[in-house]
Amino acid sequence: MVGRPKEVGMTAREHILGDIRRALGRAAGQPPRMEAAPLSAPVMRIPRSDRNLYTDLFVQKLENLAGKGICVRDTAAVIPAITELLAQKHAVASNSPFLRKCGITGLAQVHTGFTDREQLKEACAAADVGITSVDYALAATGSFVMISSASEARLVSLLPPVHVAIFPRSRILANLDELLSILPRPADQTSSMVLITGPSRTADIEQILVRGVHGPGEVYAVIVDEE
Amino acid sequence: MNTPETEIQQAISDPRLQLAIYTATKRLIGHRAGVVNPDVLPHYQDLRNEANAIKKHTIENLDYYLEQLESNVIAHGGQVVFCRTGQEAADFVLGLAKQRGAHMLVKSKSMTSEEIHFNERLEAHQLEAVETDLGEYILQLAHQRPYHIVAPALHLTRYDVAEVFTRELGAENEVVIEKQTKFARGVLRQKFLQAEIGVSGANFLVADSGAIVVVENEGNARLSTSAPKIHVAIAGIEKLIPRAQDLAVFLNLLGRSATGQPLTSYTSFLSGPRRPGEIDGPDEFYLLLLDNGRTKLLRDPEKRQSLYCIRCGACLNHCPVYRKIGGHNYPWVYSGPIGAIITPQFHGVTEDTWLPFASSLCGACAEVCPVKIEIPKLLLKLREEVIEVQRRTDTSGFERLAFILFAWIATRPKLYLRLASLGSLFFPLVPRIGPLKKWASERTLPEPAHQSFHQWWAARKRSG
Amino acid sequence: MFVTCIVDQVFPQVGIAITEVLERLGFEVHFPEAQTCCGQPAFNSGYTDQARTIARHFLNVFRDSEYIIVPSGSCCSMISHHFADIFEHDPKLLAEVHALEPRVWEFSRFLLEVAGVEDVGARFDGVVTYHDSCHALRELRIKSGPRKLLAKVRGLTLAEMEIAEECCGFGGTFSVKFPEVSGAMGRTKIESIQKTGASTIVSIDSSCLMQLQGVIDRAGLPLRTMHLAEVLASQ
Repeated sequence: MVGRPKEVGMTAREHILGDIRRALGRAAGQPPRMEAAPLSAPVMRIPRSDRNLYTDLFVQKLENLAGKGICVRDTAAVIPAITELLAQKHAVASNSPFLRKCGITGLAQVHTGFTDREQLKEACAAADVGITSVDYALAATGSFVMISSASEARLVSLLPPVHVAIFPRSRILANLDELLSILPRPADQTSSMVLITGPSRTADIEQILVRGVHGPGEVYAVIVDEE
Repeated sequence: MNTPETEIQQAISDPRLQLAIYTATKRLIGHRAGVVNPDVLPHYQDLRNEANAIKKHTIENLDYYLEQLESNVIAHGGQVVFCRTGQEAADFVLGLAKQRGAHMLVKSKSMTSEEIHFNERLEAHQLEAVETDLGEYILQLAHQRPYHIVAPALHLTRYDVAEVFTRELGAENEVVIEKQTKFARGVLRQKFLQAEIGVSGANFLVADSGAIVVVENEGNARLSTSAPKIHVAIAGIEKLIPRAQDLAVFLNLLGRSATGQPLTSYTSFLSGPRRPGEIDGPDEFYLLLLDNGRTKLLRDPEKRQSLYCIRCGACLNHCPVYRKIGGHNYPWVYSGPIGAIITPQFHGVTEDTWLPFASSLCGACAEVCPVKIEIPKLLLKLREEVIEVQRRTDTSGFERLAFILFAWIATRPKLYLRLASLGSLFFPLVPRIGPLKKWASERTLPEPAHQSFHQWWAARKRSG
Repeated sequence: MFVTCIVDQVFPQVGIAITEVLERLGFEVHFPEAQTCCGQPAFNSGYTDQARTIARHFLNVFRDSEYIIVPSGSCCSMISHHFADIFEHDPKLLAEVHALEPRVWEFSRFLLEVAGVEDVGARFDGVVTYHDSCHALRELRIKSGPRKLLAKVRGLTLAEMEIAEECCGFGGTFSVKFPEVSGAMGRTKIESIQKTGASTIVSIDSSCLMQLQGVIDRAGLPLRTMHLAEVLASQ
């Protein structure tokens, strides 16, 4: 540009921020201007409905996406509910305390207790089923909310072709807005929070729907009434 | 005007292509309508207003939020790299790969990376970038560019896909779509597990969290950002939103507007390398913030709203022009109405001067834009700019003269009426006049009335 | 009444029909003969200076009119929405524009909201489909009004086409600059119309009707186009 003094040694960062400030007529360190373009407090739209209906709504939404919802009375009823699912299959389970409570970690065909990343990756890549709990579930969309932690690794719900999530009913929230109300800054506690809404899918070829592209093609939710 | 007439004519005369574009966009239109109608989403218009206000505030204070984003990314153990150009972004990744001895990386869908020819720049230095989104993977093998922001392989059939897989991968000829998908899954899974580096785009950058949000259906973005030890995210600087809680607005709009999904299969909120105690996830995270001309768009107070775009593709689906000419007839990677307004801003109005005029200004795009970009208004502004450039450089041609003459005549009613009645004599000549010949070829022309309304009125007055 | 240049020169019957309907309802119709054009073609083609010249003439002609009836959604929206854009840097003329805006009425809206009538005593036998012209629909938000008026026409059956809200492809100079795209858009509309079984296409914009009729005649189809005013004037 004609007339601009040559900025020797300026980093790309300084260039870009400088260009932005010049374009907007702002100074370095200036707080956000509010008059012409204000920023209001976030509006959270949480339906005021009976929490007891959330389980039914959650299952309905999950099944609309070709997932499967199974409701059981208590933790003792979990294993019988998924025995057939696990028959002849190798599974990897996360380190969630709730899974231990349900007896999952004691099953013969379930590998669990991984703390090493490479071993976990190998096991998940070879497994037929990935079993996890969830941190929350969202009724409005039939979603699982999974937060990466010592209890829940990322790949268990991602690499195996089948994902089974086992969790107590009390973890079901109304919707995304409620999640963000409870958890306004997920980054404070984790490097990864994922909302899983049904199986992996694509319609990239001729707009024909295919499930199980890269992530699991089958998704099950086992919802436990009493913890 | 340098309109790509031949290519447009080809697209319109190809019945298979027309059917593919029409049915795909019609489906997306229907899906969206089903989830934004007032019965299902009563506060849809409120969400749009909120999204517009949040984006406006963020863009008007972009430097502030960029710095906030940067300090939060660093606080969570990540690194931020500002890139003025695509080459700077590519050079960074090349340097990183060289350092780690990596020869291959996996990549999830990112229009921003297409914009900067990321893959080609890497391949020029023997670093293989494998597209893992199914549609993008097919296109990569076929050496084509995306046809649509959200449905990149919209124009291809299963037979095209079979041919590509056979030719490029030596696969057996397979035309069943489910089997083609499973085949790609198998091939790409190996890549995910072997790659040292995973590259993603970002749908949103969250300033108060130092986080990126990636929205997808396949799971390839999750795999690209979770399996390899290094995660690199490339995003335009305009992708910022101030707070994680603003996602309540944007995530309720994006999936619905794009594909009619209240939420896509996977929505990932990622903030840097894995934390102590986390079992898996990358050890290193680099966020590449790309300018590539966006600061140029910022300079214009009226047109900078183009940067609010969240890349949902709704404007493409509803645009009657896009639905006829298709994605490949737009000069840049961004097609449809959004492409029509940002391409001249990035590349200058003297390139592709036809683009702002390739619209009937029907307004369907503005009606569905989740962030309320005033697309027709910006098209008009760009047209004004093209005309002004032509005036200054004396390249206007016949059209300018015609409008000057018309304006002069239209302020002289008696002359106007006299010429109009003469004009009706010359009307049959219209099909033979150069620029109007084509117009006349597509339709049967109307005939001027033998008595204009002015004349009828005057006659009525006379007869009392 | 501002008849618009296209009605004046090509479809005067629309102006005549409006005059008849308004007089039937007891209104006194004025036609300032110095009127010419609203400036839309120039404005849409990027020639804002020329559009300004034409718009200034319009303001002079209609300054003192009580109601300005316009038989076109696109011309009406040019006056009531875009004159403000054209004169945004001229405070005096901008004020005039704002004083004018509330007095500008698209014909069907005038009937419903000022005259307060839905039934104008019309009779039209046949199956009709209604095309939502873009400016009327999206800038003036005219959608149910014309349908209400059509519902009261004796003998008329309204059959909705699947894509009533899609653009016909005219777009003024767009149809000259991109004739194949314009023609293809028109043909898509006609295909949808054919599925309704209607023999007449009705709209409140003559430019749309001209575009559609042009495509119809080129294809040799037994369809005709009529402005809403012509239907309402039939008895």
